[in-house]
Amino acid sequence: MFYGISLTAILVALWLTLSGPFTLSGDYPIVMGLGVISIIVTVVLTYRMRIVDRQTVPVGPAIPLFAYWGWLGGEIVKSNLAVLRLIMKPEIEVEPRLVRVAAEQRSELGLCVFANSITLTPGTVTVDVEDDGFLVHALDNSFTDPAGFAEMGARSDTASDGKKTGDR
Amino acid sequence: MSAAEIFQYARDAFSIGAMAVGLVFVIAGATGVMRLPDFYTRMHAAGVTDTLGAELIILGLIAQAGDWQTAAKLALVGLLLFLTSPTATHAIANAAHRAGQKPDLSHFKPKHPADAGSSEGQK
Repeated sequence: MFYGISLTAILVALWLTLSGPFTLSGDYPIVMGLGVISIIVTVVLTYRMRIVDRQTVPVGPAIPLFAYWGWLGGEIVKSNLAVLRLIMKPEIEVEPRLVRVAAEQRSELGLCVFANSITLTPGTVTVDVEDDGFLVHALDNSFTDPAGFAEMGARSDTASDGKKTGDR
Repeated sequence: MSAAEIFQYARDAFSIGAMAVGLVFVIAGATGVMRLPDFYTRMHAAGVTDTLGAELIILGLIAQAGDWQTAAKLALVGLLLFLTSPTATHAIANAAHRAGQKPDLSHFKPKHPADAGSSEGQK
């Protein structure tokens, strides 16, 4: 129930942001009415599909997720500059590597955040998902630091798991 | 000069700076796609354009947005890029991996263009 109400609130805020001034004059009764109808239909459909839970409406881990994105932004800037330096050198010199990275996240959202974080930082791309880890392609062997991957994995786990209880 | 004018100039300077740096990253991504040897390494160069290039240009546009609604819409576009570009990159990489494309893992260091040109001239 809590997640249904949060989903409705998020959708209302999104609709109000995307659709013009907050008046009820002119055509706006129709616009607002269509907004109300589409929000109700969306919430009813997601309830019927039974996918409204902690992982699809991550309001619990929202603040840790935003904090994690701030840290990830710093990492992205650092690895962007590293890739930029490699590409723009007059004599290009790279040594690509294919490495396995252990993934020990407790929730599926954590696994998804970790894999996307690896892909989002330039220089490393998640190529395949295996049972106990990811297959990662790295542009140069300077990007395959196991300690860096371990830190990113631990941070994405704590950011996405929230209260660490898997219930609704 | 009034405070509003100073704020205006600071805002313009910020967005010009952000968009110029973003353009540097976009051009670097395009250069990397041409210079790097195989499919997987070229994908990394395209990632530079996806992340810092696009986000810095959007940041510069947000500073120029007149009202909060335009700024919020641009921020949503940035968030969408932030969430979807790794998914798209992974989809491409995984498709190539499953199709049997083997990554070239050898040490790649071509000759300097000047040397390469002179050796060709001697042939």
